[in-house]
Amino acid sequence: MDIHEYQAKELLARHGVHVPRGGLAYSPEQATYRAREIGGSKWVLKAQVHSGARGKAGGIKLCSNDEEISNAAEAMLGRKLVTQQTGPRGKLISRLYLEEAVDIAQELYLGFVLDRKEERVMIVASAAGGMEIEDISEKQPDSIIRATVDPGVGMQGFQAREIAFGLGLESSLIGKATETILGCYQVFRDYDASMLEINPLVVTRDGSLVALDAKMSFDENALFRRPEISELRDKSQEDPRETFASDRGLSYVGLDGNIGCIINGAGLAMATMDMIKIAGGEPANFLDIGGGASPERVAKSFRAVLGDKQVETILVNIFAGINRCDWVAEGVIKAIREVGVDVPLVVRLSGTKVEEGRRILADSGEAVIVADTLAEAAEKAVAAWREATKNKKAA
Amino acid sequence: MAILLNRSTRVIVQGFTGKIGSFHADDMKRYGTKLVGGVTPGKGGQTHLGLPVFNTVKGAVRETRAEASIVFVPPPFAADSIMEAADAGIKLCVCITDGIPSQDMMQVKRYMRRYRFEDRMRLVGPNCAGVITPGQALMGIMPGSIYLPGRVGIVGRSGTLGYEAASQMKALGIGVSTSVGIGGDPINGSSFKDILQLFERDDDTDAVVMIGEIGGPQEAEAAIWARDNMRKPLIAYIAGLSAPKGRRMGHAGAIISAFGESAQEKVEILKEAGVVIVPTPASFGEVVADTLARTKKAA
Repeated sequence: MDIHEYQAKELLARHGVHVPRGGLAYSPEQATYRAREIGGSKWVLKAQVHSGARGKAGGIKLCSNDEEISNAAEAMLGRKLVTQQTGPRGKLISRLYLEEAVDIAQELYLGFVLDRKEERVMIVASAAGGMEIEDISEKQPDSIIRATVDPGVGMQGFQAREIAFGLGLESSLIGKATETILGCYQVFRDYDASMLEINPLVVTRDGSLVALDAKMSFDENALFRRPEISELRDKSQEDPRETFASDRGLSYVGLDGNIGCIINGAGLAMATMDMIKIAGGEPANFLDIGGGASPERVAKSFRAVLGDKQVETILVNIFAGINRCDWVAEGVIKAIREVGVDVPLVVRLSGTKVEEGRRILADSGEAVIVADTLAEAAEKAVAAWREATKNKKAA
Repeated sequence: MAILLNRSTRVIVQGFTGKIGSFHADDMKRYGTKLVGGVTPGKGGQTHLGLPVFNTVKGAVRETRAEASIVFVPPPFAADSIMEAADAGIKLCVCITDGIPSQDMMQVKRYMRRYRFEDRMRLVGPNCAGVITPGQALMGIMPGSIYLPGRVGIVGRSGTLGYEAASQMKALGIGVSTSVGIGGDPINGSSFKDILQLFERDDDTDAVVMIGEIGGPQEAEAAIWARDNMRKPLIAYIAGLSAPKGRRMGHAGAIISAFGESAQEKVEILKEAGVVIVPTPASFGEVVADTLARTKKAA
């Protein structure tokens, strides 16, 4: 789960990381009022969306009077910001953050992330912060400082000092940098973060160290013990199709095709999507119904998939281990009768209670296209989709 | 004797008396697994499914001489249960639980290292389908009926995709020595490489099917190991070739991710290492059959 910049800065500030003075605004008037509160003569207005690369997309504006603030706020609010990281649908701007402008002497990069190879928290830092950090890490990998944390004892002071000296900071800044790095680690660990990034971490002209931006993501498996983080969720930043599904405990990722998928298990779901592509179709979504799915849960999956108006055919592929094909079949019939399925429907059942499941489908008298194997299911779904779109065009 | 598990392995269930634990314990027993008891703190002394319940794993090991444990404990307490098993001298722990926080798994892996290598517990999972040695014993949640006993090993991240492979093989009369689900979590107990090492040494396994997916470094690591050390044929499928580039936040993930994490890159690395590629998820059966036929001819 991602949070906004201003929320991340609040968490970091509580743990000894310096951030510029700033305030949140939902309207142009509020933004100009924030400028009075903060004081000074130059401010930065920043769109609060769950993405990086906002500056290039027009989501960050330097302002020096009320009119500029008000105009910039007017232009951003209610608009969708499309960055290199959001995908083409973009993300809605409904909150703005106004900050005092900072006189920058040097930009650094500081990131914390779970390293799957080391199976530890890894810190990556670079003396060349800013927007080109990925290029730099690719072209000059040796310029990136890395350290991993032993989970038994946590991050040690010497590790933070090594990074601070490695960044080439002046000795007057080493103490502050060490405190900043350790503070970040503490936030990462204490709130079960999965990613924390300060880019840039800046040295100002008056010799202080300030987090100019902050991004954080959290481990969703740990939210049960982090209620204060769960509260920071902003559903307006999520794909509404995904929000609908996740509120119902379904794992769903929206895509751009027309064949809706209802599958059990993430691996089989990906494989089925691959198979649809090979058969000449495009999947509309990834959806994993999980284990032990009840008929109600299956019917809910149909609601989630049909919520996407681009869906023109549905493919259900279940290989039941802890699931039961009879429950899935009941759910399919329930969905047809209660939700209404007005697109072709292909169902492939296999595994636990498969005979019962197939019988339920056959006895229902509903128009379900049945398939026995994965290949057949994908081919039938693509054929049914072609037929349906042809008829649609003819009509 | 296949790998990890056979008909004489003495198994206990952690989270024994819960709904999920009970259901699968019963299933495993009926399959032929030598189940010797279970653990639910506070219910020690009771009998469940005709087997003794213990308060602690140490108690269960003392009384039943259990060597293996399967964990069905809910996510907030699962890491604790795995560490308890490690400390009680369990040799193999299979954790089915889905949803354990990453930081808990980091602690588990760190904790397990306190034991000497020879005494260290082997963890399979979490978030996996478990282990089955067809015709002998089941420590997991897979439907036993789709596996034919035989001489091909299976190791995969995904449970249901593993079922798909096994059933395609069964349809062609090809059986399985042992099938191991290593789980889909970013931090897991056993890697592909760990399990390949066991299959390579196993006299009852002739070839191995590896089922990977996008993300993480383990498939590439396994490919390199297999190229340098494996004499048995390795056959691999990678799920997620059609997956779109994910939306993301920030740069940190990109900075640490090495070449070899996308499905295409993984397939490339595996091919270069001489691994046989299963091109589509519908062709597990035929590719395995072809490979076995070619190996026989060569020998």
